[in-house]
Order: sequence, then structure tokens, then C-alpha cells
Amino acid sequence: MGLALVLALIVAPEDADQGISQRIFYIHVPIALTAYFCFGLGAVKALLLLWRGDERYDLESYVAIHQGTIFGALTLITGSIWARASWGVWWTWSSNQLVLFLVLFLFYCAYFMLRFSLEEGPRRARSSAVYALFGVALIPVSFLAIRLADDFIHPTVFTRDGPQMSATMFTTFLVAWAAVTLLAYVLYRVELAGKRLDADLRELREALQ
Amino acid sequence: MTYLADVAALTRKDLRVELRGRDTLPAMLLFVLATLVVFHFALPEGSGDTAAYGLLWVAIVFTALLGLARAWVPEQEHRVLDGLVLAPCDRSAIWLGKTLATLVFLLAAQAVALPVFVLFFEPLHAAALAGVVLADVGICAVGSLMAAMAAASRAREVLLPLLVLPLAIPLIVGGVGAAVSADAERFILFLLLYDAVFAVLSWASFEYVVTE
Amino acid sequence: MIRGRAVEKRYGRKRVLTGVDLAVPAGGFAVVTGPNGSGKTTLLRLLAGLAVPTRGDLVIGAERSRVGYLAHEPLVYRELSAAENLDLYGRLYRVRERRERVGMLLERFGLWDVRNERVSTYSRGMTQRLALCRTLLHDPELLVLDEPYSALDEDGAALVDRELDGLAGSRTFVVATHDPARLESLATQRVALA
Repeated sequence: MGLALVLALIVAPEDADQGISQRIFYIHVPIALTAYFCFGLGAVKALLLLWRGDERYDLESYVAIHQGTIFGALTLITGSIWARASWGVWWTWSSNQLVLFLVLFLFYCAYFMLRFSLEEGPRRARSSAVYALFGVALIPVSFLAIRLADDFIHPTVFTRDGPQMSATMFTTFLVAWAAVTLLAYVLYRVELAGKRLDADLRELREALQ
Repeated sequence: MTYLADVAALTRKDLRVELRGRDTLPAMLLFVLATLVVFHFALPEGSGDTAAYGLLWVAIVFTALLGLARAWVPEQEHRVLDGLVLAPCDRSAIWLGKTLATLVFLLAAQAVALPVFVLFFEPLHAAALAGVVLADVGICAVGSLMAAMAAASRAREVLLPLLVLPLAIPLIVGGVGAAVSADAERFILFLLLYDAVFAVLSWASFEYVVTE
Repeated sequence: MIRGRAVEKRYGRKRVLTGVDLAVPAGGFAVVTGPNGSGKTTLLRLLAGLAVPTRGDLVIGAERSRVGYLAHEPLVYRELSAAENLDLYGRLYRVRERRERVGMLLERFGLWDVRNERVSTYSRGMTQRLALCRTLLHDPELLVLDEPYSALDEDGAALVDRELDGLAGSRTFVVATHDPARLESLATQRVALA
């Protein structure tokens, strides 16, 4: 998988006249998509928790959202780098995607604040789950809001041309996307396993006392 | 029909408690007025009219947060919320009763604040007012639920604004848009959409937040 | 009426109840004893329906409208009067002839004279008596009482004795108490939590 990532970075330079900004695109967009996916997964697990009542889903939802937030932060960082490379500024309000991620990032950071200030137990699991569901509802609504806000907040100074992708570029993009998704999946499994192990260890310790 | 009767009884109870205690509404009123005065000094000369609308919305959101912070306090004393949850009524009725009561308080505070705003700053036309009312509904709906979640936590005063503000951003966009944009209708429709989505979501999920 | 098997309740890492078996027939009177922290309150909350067990089975043969729960806290609004509190609960529990029933209970528990005063002005004993009114308001089938005698003086305690005497046998009781001797004559079974 790391191989695939490296491949993506190497294949990219093969496309001449692209420049750094283009290369970042291969990473930035997959990361953004993966973040969305993680948030979605977190919400699905949350729904399952509320519906089935099995507390196992709580940890899965939490880890998914944790991953989503990490990738969200990465989206903001890579997006910022891209903005710097393309337009010379570290931040711009006219990139709807970037602003959307900022709002989501704030939202999901609050998720962790919520979790850390509640006692472990069914109440924490359920409140977290409900909040996760609000998150996915917020994604389209925020997107709409930001689109509407373009109207009166800041005039669009920078135009962002969507890259017209040639076949090689598209393949590279797919490879990068697959690589990032795989990375996310691996991280998810690793973190979940780690947290489960922690929980099991604690239970064992308690049972022995 | 008993559902509505339950909601009515609960809303009435909240209004009565506030009337007796009188801590929330006066505080909200004073806060919003003081904020408007602060804005006069905070806005540099020649900032333009639209800046004032933006600040109005900041004032509204923070006033709402003030009201929401106190929303579940009566239920926390003596753990009354347990009593309500025990009752055979639908748990979502508890949320609805609380939301309606909080909405009444917010509207009451705005009934004073908005004329003052018009006096100090800029006029408000019908679309702007519609925006205010719709956004109020949104913020009370979502805020009541978040306040209930935060009430169980150690850090509830800090937590509530953190939970509500990201969700309030679309409402601010809607509200300010309704006030300044030429095509205010789009923003009104958007606020209706927000209210529909999040009110239903809050209504349906309250049950899960208060039960174990 | 109540059947519990291997009931366990955990709050995250804290295991509050483990392996509790319980069977209370309709009309039974179970007295729950145990030192502080043994999980009496948690067990009663489970029986009242305020929480569900983490593991094990628990079947309660009465629905929410037929269960009366007396908690550690009185569960009443401080800013409202006794009459207003009971009126609200009466509405939520769909009590028939609400006004009459509220009046009758207030009188029986000696709160008639202060019925329109705010609960914040009451003594602890009076608040506890109001809590008892609240518990009995909807004439529940199953009564789950967490230390009913707490904060009560001799008169108040005598009131409780009278009520329990009158209802025992025709209603099912689960009562947690530090003073099991007082309920010796009524108890049909004992549950001791470690």
C-alpha cells in the first residue's frame, strides 16, 4: 500500500507541465473523499448502535470518526498547500470544499470534546452516536449553506479550474485513491484492534481483582 | 392527541418555572442589548450596513446559547428529568416541550432586541424577520438536544457552545442572507430545509439521549 | 411480575451489579438490603425501567404507566408548588379525575395546607412526602421504593407505614432500605446485595 502511494507520486511527475499543485491534487482529493467516507461509516455504525443496541458499535463508530477527523485535518493541510501552490495564499474562503471541511472539522472536534467529558457507559455511547448522525446530516446542509454564502460573503477572486484529466492522469488518480483508502482502512483496523485489546485487558484485570 | 396535550403541559411547566425563577429571560434580554451596544463601538467607521446584520446574527446566536445553557437546569435539580422519562409519555414530547419554551424565550428577547437593532443600526424587512424566526426554530431545536447531551457532562458550560456553533453556521448563513441578499427567498427556503432536517433528527433522537 | 436472571449492569469499566437473580411474584413484597455502594439504587433503577441491564435477562410485567418509582431524589420541580407538580405528573400519567386524586393525596400526606407554596420552601421531610404522593399518584401496580423512610420524622414514617400496610398484597413492592426490621411483617422475600 505504501508502494501504491509512492507509485502515485512517481507516476504523477510523468505527466509533464503539471507542477506541484497538480501532484497534490492526487493526494488531496482522495484524502477528502476518504474523510467523507469515514464520517459516513461512523454514522452507519452509530445508527447500528442505536438500532441494535450492541455496544460494540460504539467503538467502531468512534474509531471511524477518529480516522475521519485525522483525514479531515489532512485535507485542510493539503488543501492549504494546494492553495499556496496554485494561488499563493495559505487560505482562501472561496474554495467551498476547504470551508466545508473547516466547518466539519470543528464539528467533529466537538465530538471528541463531548466524548471526553462524559462518563463511559451507555449514555456516552448513545450521545456520541446521535452526534455522529447529526454530522452526516450537516455535510450536505453545510455544503448548501456555503454555496449560498458565496453570494454575499466574498466575491470569487480565484477561479479553480477542475483538471481535465487525461487517461494516465485518471489512472494515477484512481491508484492514489485506492492507496489512500487502503491506508485509511488499515489505520481503522489497527486502531480498532488496539482499542479492543485495551478494553479486553481492562476487563481481564478487573475480573482478576 | 394526548401527545400534544403532553407537550402543552410540559411547555406550560417551563414557562411557569421561568416566570417564577426569572433567571433566564432577563439575562438574555440584557445580554442581547448589551451586545448591540458593544457592536456600536466594535464596528469601525464606514464598515458598511451589511456588517451590522452579521453582528446581529452573532448576537442572536450567543443569546440563544445563553438561554439554552439554562434550558435543562430545572430538570437537573432533584434529577427531575428521571421523573419525566419514567412517565408513559413519548420522550420526544419532553424535547418538544422544552424546544417550544426556549423558542418563546428567544422570541421574547428578540421582540425587544430587534426594534433596538433597527434603532441603532439598520432596518429589517419582512424577509429578514422571517429569517430570524426560522433560524430561531432551528437553533432551539438543535440546541435543546445538544443541551440535554451536555447536561450529563462535567464540562457542560464549555461543551454546549462547542456543540452548537458548528451546527449554527448554516443558520447564520441563512439568516444573514435573508437580510442582505437580493434573492432572499433562496435563503428562506434553505432555512426551512435546515429546520425540517434537524428538527426531525432532534425529535427522533432525543429518546436515545435520555435513556440508558 | 419481575423476573431477573444473571443481571449485570456496567457503566463503562465500573461493574455495579453482577449476577443478580431475582423473582418477585405479583403481590409480593421484596426488601432489598446491602451496604452503600452495593448497587441497590442501580438495581431499583433497572426495575423502574430507567436503565437496561448490560447483560442478563430482566422481565418486568408492568408497563411504564403502571410503575411507581420513589428515587433518592424527590423528582419534583423546586419552582413549582406541590399541587402544580402533581398536576403535571397527573397529566403525563393520564390520571383520571386528576384534581380529586391530587387533592386526596396531598391531604393524606399532610401537605394540603402548603399545596400552593413552592417546593423550594419545603423541609426535606415535606419534600419526601411530596415525592411519595408523586409515586402513588397514578395508582401503580408495581412500586419500586428507594429508602422511603429517609428524611422523615416519626409522623412521616407512620404515614408511610400506613400506606404500605394498605397496599401490600394488592400491589407488588420492591423496597430498598437500611432498616429492614421495619418492614419485617410485610416482607415476602429478601434480596441481599453484597
